[in-house]
Amino acid sequence: MTTEPPVLLLREHFDTLLEALARRGYKVVGPTVSEGTIVYDEVSRAEDLPVGWTDEQEGGRYRLKRRDDAALFGYAVGAQSWKQYLHPPRLRLVKADRDASGRMSFSDGDDAEPERYAFLGVRSCELHAMTIQDRVFLGSGVADTHYERRRKRVFSIGVSCGVAGGTCFCVSMGTGPQVTDRTPHDLALTEVIEEERHYFILTAGSDEGREVLAGLPVTPAGETEVSAAKQRVDQTAATMGRRMNAEGVRELLLENLEHPRWDDVAQRCLTCANCTLVCPTCFCTTVEDVADLTGDHAERWRRWDSCFTLDFTWMHGGSARQSGKSRYRQWLTHKLSTWHDQFGSSGCVGCGRCITWCPVGIDLTQEIAAFRDHPITPSPSQP
Amino acid sequence: MSAAASSRPKLAVWKFASCDGCQLSLLDCEDELLAVADAIEIANFAEATRRVVDGPYDLSLVEGSITTAHDAGRIREVRAQSKYLVTIGACATAGGIQALRNWQDVGEMASVVYAKPEYLETLATSTPIAHHVPVDFELRGCPVNKHQLVEVVLAFLHRRKPLVSAHSVCVECKLRGNPCVMVAHGTPCLGPVTQAGCGAICPAYNRGCYGCFGPMESPNPAALSSQWTAMGVPDRDILRAYRSYNGYAPPFREESDRHEP
Repeated sequence: MTTEPPVLLLREHFDTLLEALARRGYKVVGPTVSEGTIVYDEVSRAEDLPVGWTDEQEGGRYRLKRRDDAALFGYAVGAQSWKQYLHPPRLRLVKADRDASGRMSFSDGDDAEPERYAFLGVRSCELHAMTIQDRVFLGSGVADTHYERRRKRVFSIGVSCGVAGGTCFCVSMGTGPQVTDRTPHDLALTEVIEEERHYFILTAGSDEGREVLAGLPVTPAGETEVSAAKQRVDQTAATMGRRMNAEGVRELLLENLEHPRWDDVAQRCLTCANCTLVCPTCFCTTVEDVADLTGDHAERWRRWDSCFTLDFTWMHGGSARQSGKSRYRQWLTHKLSTWHDQFGSSGCVGCGRCITWCPVGIDLTQEIAAFRDHPITPSPSQP
Repeated sequence: MSAAASSRPKLAVWKFASCDGCQLSLLDCEDELLAVADAIEIANFAEATRRVVDGPYDLSLVEGSITTAHDAGRIREVRAQSKYLVTIGACATAGGIQALRNWQDVGEMASVVYAKPEYLETLATSTPIAHHVPVDFELRGCPVNKHQLVEVVLAFLHRRKPLVSAHSVCVECKLRGNPCVMVAHGTPCLGPVTQAGCGAICPAYNRGCYGCFGPMESPNPAALSSQWTAMGVPDRDILRAYRSYNGYAPPFREESDRHEP
């Protein structure tokens, strides 16, 4: 792992990293500005990154703002998560055909070779989210092969954060802002901008990362530079926009399933599903069958779904979770409570997307605080 | 299979008070339409052919709302002749833009608009088809999405439930990778309370959703309006946003009424 001393890459040499990845056959995807937001898309040079931009994030509000420098990673987290590449929004699972004699044949619908992506600029919270999805898709003994094929091809370049977003709370969740060996990655970098110099402190987290580093015009990083990088990340940790007391939250929610706060949040909740779709760990899908007019060619597709839709729990007789209250409660208790039972960790990494991208700004850190401040007192034991 | 298994099922398309746009979506299917015409006998479709085959019909697609006493009678005849009746579009499913009359005095409006209002025979209201006869399926949209229309016809042919989701437009935005225009740009958007089906066209071009597909399955317009108010949208504009093509659909109607001066 990252035992070697860190190295320094000057900003003017940053493109050599992108070129090295391209030479190794990777399609590099990273942050880029589109329609007033930072999204993940293909990047080929440093100029494609959000140079000199930062993001202001609040509940239900996101705005790009100019920085007074030319930072490449001077923002918090983008609108989307990396799951769109590993767990695509739409995926064809099966193709089925019926020939003239009426015989059916089935074939793999996910038959194209997945792209080899290099993810540039993965935040620590996002690396944790990928690790969580690894447990969801690969950890149960029966691997999701669609996810597995994509995941094992990824080269990830983590970036420790130099700025905390208004809705960030990774410190509360123990998932950032420093990229560490707790989450697999190939390279990790921290950006430093000083009066005279703009550089990156890099470490390798894998053999392939080490090979890539060996081909770059890097120099050994001095103690001053390493500590300048650390200072920036420490500063980020100290300025989180949100905090959540995550201790005992699993029990807190389970003890408050009938708390009046659920009615309160249901008044505000649109049941629109945005929170689940922007969440980097939410993984739920639905399956849809489509056929052509003749009925001779059919396909089975998987697409992102959400516990906020009525169809999600539709069974004979209707949906199990009719009210917005029951759907919000399902989401929050799964994310922060029963996720522990199911996958051995919290389902929340503190990236803040569900707060920022909720059109009405519902904030789970406030909801949790409300349960803590006024818990339903456990009733005295029944005689 | 039905008795129609031996011969092609008969399709009829009916027009009530409407702009014809939804019927045109069927014509707009082009390649698919040729295939549909192979599988189905187009027995009555004035926009496509003068040939009319007598009923009864296996599937009737009904466009438009009921605005006259004559049409209120005619829809009963259509229902009586149709094994399945599917309404298509905002007029047929919610009363359409012409349902704005439901908030006005029709007599007074007619006297302003028409030189000889006494020639008009019209009801005081524009109402959806389902207010008059039982409807087997309602396909939303102003206009309907042609892919969803073909899907409904296919589902009918294959005797299965149509794959038409009732969740919010937001889901389509996220599947498409649109960042939220309300959050990122401060653009008022009806997407969170509107049913999917259009493919989130407007937000993909940086416009807020206009609510063309009507209320989603569990809309909470009051919560959305609170946010719009916080964003500085005046009550008058909130009222107008809800009171459009699907303004008479109950959740939108009630929300628009809450913002009356």
